[in-house]
Amino acid sequence: MGEITTLHYLVVAAGLFIIGTVGVLTRRNVIIILMSIELILNAVNLNLVAFSRLYGLHGQVFAIFVITDAAAEAAVGLGIIIAFFRNKETVNVDEIDLLKW
Amino acid sequence: MAIVSAIAVITRRNPVHAALSLIVTLLSLAGFYLMLYAPFVAAVQIVLYAGGIVVLFLFVIMLINLEQNIREYQFNKQWVVGIVAAATLGGLLAFVYRAGRNAFPSAFYSGFRGLEADNTQQIGLALYGQYMLPFEIASLLLLVAIVGAVVMAKKRI
Repeated sequence: MGEITTLHYLVVAAGLFIIGTVGVLTRRNVIIILMSIELILNAVNLNLVAFSRLYGLHGQVFAIFVITDAAAEAAVGLGIIIAFFRNKETVNVDEIDLLKW
Repeated sequence: MAIVSAIAVITRRNPVHAALSLIVTLLSLAGFYLMLYAPFVAAVQIVLYAGGIVVLFLFVIMLINLEQNIREYQFNKQWVVGIVAAATLGGLLAFVYRAGRNAFPSAFYSGFRGLEADNTQQIGLALYGQYMLPFEIASLLLLVAIVGAVVMAKKRI
């Protein structure tokens, strides 16, 4: 077992990113899709913090901004899901195909 | 552990189980941040993600009743195309990392002092000094998100 380098963190982050992409592209449930988007944002955060070890503190500041954006996105997305479910009684993306009804 | 629980997030049939696996993923990522000498980001990760966002997810899952939804088919019709696209992306990333694995600087940045006791202070100074404008824009974004979420969740739009 050698030392844990930046590349190891990048590989873990790439794995998380790909898993999140598969989740967004293949699932039907909107809630799971939002969770997969959170996975993708976390992969980006891991990259930022891993590089902040090499280049200074700016990566950590940007990671905090990304966390803020993720919180805002989750709040608005879940609000939209609640509004949809009240009208259509479903959370499957392939049954939500109208902008107005 | 992060990878295994992330796979569990996208494969569980019950969304509550998926949310709990997401908590495990986020906590192991907080462990990674501690290993990377970023204790403030790790604390924010635990408090905001595992404590805030996942609880929000769980509330919405409880709020919309998914009893018969669990028994339905969980993947959409384009899943083959999706997996092929993701595998292509993974191959591209593997190629890039393989080609550039010696390109990273092995030394830390100048002035790196290991686990710094004033990490939080440094981040605060950066947020209120150099990153003042993005910080204010982020607060405005949060305000808009609060108003948007309340309007969306109202009884009558």
